[in-house]
Amino acid sequence: MAELVVPTTGARVGRARQPRRRLRHLRGLALLGPSLLFLAVFTYWPTAQVMWQSLHAGSRGGGAFGLENYQALAGDPAFRRALWNNLVYAVGTVVPSLILALAFALTLVHSTRVNALIRSIFFLPVLIPLVAAASLFLFIFLPGVGLLDYYLAKLGVQGANWLGDPDIALYSIMGLTVWKNAGYYMLFFLAGLQAIPPEAYEVALLDGANMWQRLHFVTLPYLRPTLAFVLVIGLLGVITQVDHIFILTKGGPSDSTNLLLFYVYQQAVERYDPGRAAAATVVMLALLLALTALSLRRLEHNLEGRE
Amino acid sequence: MNGKTIRAALRPGRLLVAALALAWATPFVWMLVAAFRPERAGSAAMASLVPDYVPTLANFREAWDSADFALYYFNTIVICGGILALQLITISLAGYAFARLRFPGRTALFYLFLVQLMLVPIVLLVPNLRTVAQLGLYDTLPGVMAPYFASAFGTFLMRQAFRTVPRELEDAALTDGARWWELIVHVYLPLTRPAMLAFAIVSVTAHWNEFLWPLMVINSPDRRPLTVGLAMFTLGAEGAQAWGVTAAGTLLVVAPLIIGFLLFQRRFVNSFMASGLK
Repeated sequence: MAELVVPTTGARVGRARQPRRRLRHLRGLALLGPSLLFLAVFTYWPTAQVMWQSLHAGSRGGGAFGLENYQALAGDPAFRRALWNNLVYAVGTVVPSLILALAFALTLVHSTRVNALIRSIFFLPVLIPLVAAASLFLFIFLPGVGLLDYYLAKLGVQGANWLGDPDIALYSIMGLTVWKNAGYYMLFFLAGLQAIPPEAYEVALLDGANMWQRLHFVTLPYLRPTLAFVLVIGLLGVITQVDHIFILTKGGPSDSTNLLLFYVYQQAVERYDPGRAAAATVVMLALLLALTALSLRRLEHNLEGRE
Repeated sequence: MNGKTIRAALRPGRLLVAALALAWATPFVWMLVAAFRPERAGSAAMASLVPDYVPTLANFREAWDSADFALYYFNTIVICGGILALQLITISLAGYAFARLRFPGRTALFYLFLVQLMLVPIVLLVPNLRTVAQLGLYDTLPGVMAPYFASAFGTFLMRQAFRTVPRELEDAALTDGARWWELIVHVYLPLTRPAMLAFAIVSVTAHWNEFLWPLMVINSPDRRPLTVGLAMFTLGAEGAQAWGVTAAGTLLVVAPLIIGFLLFQRRFVNSFMASGLK
């Protein structure tokens, strides 16, 4: 990440070559042209548009200027529920995924044949569409005859209405998300672990450090940048990935599994309320910006450490 | 000596991770077992992970007949291929500019590109849907592709790759009278093929798996990509309690990526690691 902002030293240009230099300037901007065009149409413009629209009442954003949409949003219990759910969902998926991923990586760091196989198993869910994962879990969570209840019954445990009970549904979905993402984060921890110099461990062993002490004083400090990075992509995913909600619960029962992006989708497609959808989008953009600010600080911190 | 004690201390942990690996594999095992289960099996046995039957393709046949998977495959391939083709052009041009050219505002523009890493197109689905409609691309495959033609991640990846190309090669080509675009095509691109391949894997996987955006843009059933087709199919099959058919349909959708992964494991893993750069 630190390399993101290191400027290149460009071509050595002499004063005698001014016209050529100007040509180079133009060429540089021209080569960025196609990308900038698409970024303008599908990133910058919609960002501005959605902010503008969120501040205007009426379905086309032509109404009075004001905070009406935000007031409507704040007064909508479904939105408040989605915001709260998203928070619970963020903590309840990112933290367990991170811990599992770290445990997987620590256990499987040596590249034996068995370890490689187990790593692949953890990685498989990362590859498949979230929709496909949801299709599988639809049966797993099926009450009574589903996979989970079938095998729980063999153990003599009473199953639950995993997706139909508003107190449980969000946690069931969180289970799917952890299953889907832990293997992805594991990759980064594996790379982080391989970058730790073996001498660091040798010193700790000479000092008589036990396993937990080595983890605490050697492994975790070295993994801190990885941890921070995985945290950011994890939180990004929590905001941007809601495909499974569409298949499993459509936000229900009684909004217990609604998340912000799914709420936006509902407002736009099912309730035809673009003003409220725009305001909710701006809330998400604000969260993403906060996340960016957080990771930028991290980035600058890394740069200072390096220079 | 020391290695042994470490390994002994880790053994309970290893057992736990092995058990978790079994749990992780279970949905896939169920998918395989259920997809090949003969239709007539009672629904009570549907959850069994034991393939105690003579495998049959009946579920696949039914899935293939009840949803137009061939067309979904075609649409998804067109979407992934179209996005990738345009991305490769935009990211190699922009990557070259950021890596090798000096021009005013370069750093500021680079940051402007990086904005897309956080303000990902899917979050902007409401305004983007309107733009797509205004461009006359609603309910078309190009409408699904358009927001992804520029890629900050790809630009960044290509910039890093181009910077590893020795300048002497560029100077030599320039002395031979090469034009700037000949430089990119004949010097830079051949030397940065691994980066392009890494990007291609990440891009194709991401768009193969994408759901919410195509769901919003596409209205006609015959233009649905695999994910949207599967979702409609699953929700239909759920009502019919046709779980074997659902499993078969899901298998059809995930198979290409999983086969690709099994064939090129290292490349996939490296690509996904690179995707972490964002």
